[in-house]
Amino acid sequence: MTASSLLSVQNLTIDYIGQQGDFRAVDDVSFDIAPGEVFGLAGESGCGKSTIAYAINRLHKPPALIRQGRILFEGQDVLDLDDRALRQFRWNKVAMVFQSAMNSLNPVLRVEAQFHDLLKRHRGSSKAQSRERAAEMLRLVDIPPERMRDYPHQFSGGMRQRIVIAICMALDPKLVVMDEPTTALDVVVQREILQRIDELRRSRGFSVLFITHDLGLMVQFCDRIGIMLRGKLVEQGPAEQIHHRPQHDYTKQLWASFPSLHGDPVKLERASM
Amino acid sequence: MDQEPIIALERVSKSFGHGEKAVWAAHDVSFALHPGRTVALVGESGSGKTTCARLVMREYRPDGGRILFRGKDLNDAGAVGLKEYRRAVQMIFQDPFASLNPAHTVDFILRRPLALGRPHLKGRAVDDTIADLLRRVELDPGAVTRKHPHELSGGQRQRVAIARTLAMGARVIVADEPTSMLDVSVRLGVLNLLNEMKRDLGVALLYITHDLATARYVAEDILVMYAGQIVEWGDVHRVLAHPQHPYTRLLLSAVPDPEVRFDDPGSRLDPGVVEAIRREARHRQDRVIEVGPNHFTRPAA
Repeated sequence: MTASSLLSVQNLTIDYIGQQGDFRAVDDVSFDIAPGEVFGLAGESGCGKSTIAYAINRLHKPPALIRQGRILFEGQDVLDLDDRALRQFRWNKVAMVFQSAMNSLNPVLRVEAQFHDLLKRHRGSSKAQSRERAAEMLRLVDIPPERMRDYPHQFSGGMRQRIVIAICMALDPKLVVMDEPTTALDVVVQREILQRIDELRRSRGFSVLFITHDLGLMVQFCDRIGIMLRGKLVEQGPAEQIHHRPQHDYTKQLWASFPSLHGDPVKLERASM
Repeated sequence: MDQEPIIALERVSKSFGHGEKAVWAAHDVSFALHPGRTVALVGESGSGKTTCARLVMREYRPDGGRILFRGKDLNDAGAVGLKEYRRAVQMIFQDPFASLNPAHTVDFILRRPLALGRPHLKGRAVDDTIADLLRRVELDPGAVTRKHPHELSGGQRQRVAIARTLAMGARVIVADEPTSMLDVSVRLGVLNLLNEMKRDLGVALLYITHDLATARYVAEDILVMYAGQIVEWGDVHRVLAHPQHPYTRLLLSAVPDPEVRFDDPGSRLDPGVVEAIRREARHRQDRVIEVGPNHFTRPAA
């Protein structure tokens, strides 16, 4: 690792323990994320990209087992943290947005209460302080602050997703892990949200680990990209290189499986099954 | 389009709720499905795409306008005509994990529509037809007939769902986001299969999606829908190459394009402009402008 990286995943290997032997979900994966950088992990379902995201936040549970490797965050191995340190680490340093994040809000609590939950536990904020912070955060994601009195069902899917992102940023984390954050949303809303995150990461300086299967979207948003295939990181490099000069056959194959909006509509070949 | 359409919607409307609160999920919708052609219906969630699918599937009855089946009003079809319609119009769903009965084998899943759709088949002929259907969707009959859905991948399941529509003798297939839950590397395979069915069997397809790139890949015609209204329609290449309606342009500009980086200031979508386009596109507009041959739009606001 270099001294400048915020997160350094080194030789990470994760197995799912089964009765008939283990399944290697992540196989000797190493990558670094620099401060302020957006790093993308691309791959198909079952390739291990979400398992890595969970491990970074120590959210993996049995039967997942980390066989070897280190996850260094600012030089400290996340896997060595005790319970107290772990509580300090989560949300403060690394926040996570899940694929179905819009369903991860508590349906029976007002949005302000969900901010307060987090701020009270981590910052000891009073209700008034929490409200103030919530208003500030909601403004960042273009939601009128007065709507914090509303319940999640009163918002559209895209707005709920933005609320989750606002909650994630309430403690100014240094890394935001986003696991397919916009897959359930339509393209215009997806673009609006990611564009906003792109602006925020520049103004607030956090890093993003961005996970998706949409390579086109990834190239638009990420600085560097890693391609995963069956647990292995088969290629990583700057977004521009992954786009114009993919090295690995699998990366080329992934590109070939997206119909394009431009160019000759019939040039596409069938991707292998 | 020399052939007569199998299904034609004429100024069909559907609303939910009453009085002031009524929402027009489909307003004045007209389109036709022709044998061997695909119509792509695109729009964001809540635009009324699925309402249109349900109208075609006759899950909803239209509140206004009429649906023609082989030139005749479906309301005058009677029980026999309606039965024929239901046999001819089949659907493929978004979620292949939920659309096949988990308690039955692939064999059973295909045997039942055959009994309904082709009751003259008996004994070995049924087995042979099932094998043919599976080969038709590029599955190995020996490997999958005895399997249950949970033993198949998402792409394989979607192929079984397609075989099921063929077993019924479908002439029209309504495919509601058939690939959005599949892995990227198998999506194209399923789309190619739909293209083959259209070409070889002369099936008419209504392909519902929010992915403009795949619409361009499978469809000849496209309908862009917003707030229950079709705002622009016509030849897919014309519409996507020369979009006229602001909403179509907005959709196109938001499609992930690796050539355009977010940090490029020219690529920025202004949320205020997006909101203005949406607001204008919500207005009902009865006027239709013919932009060119087989390319129409409604003026925005």
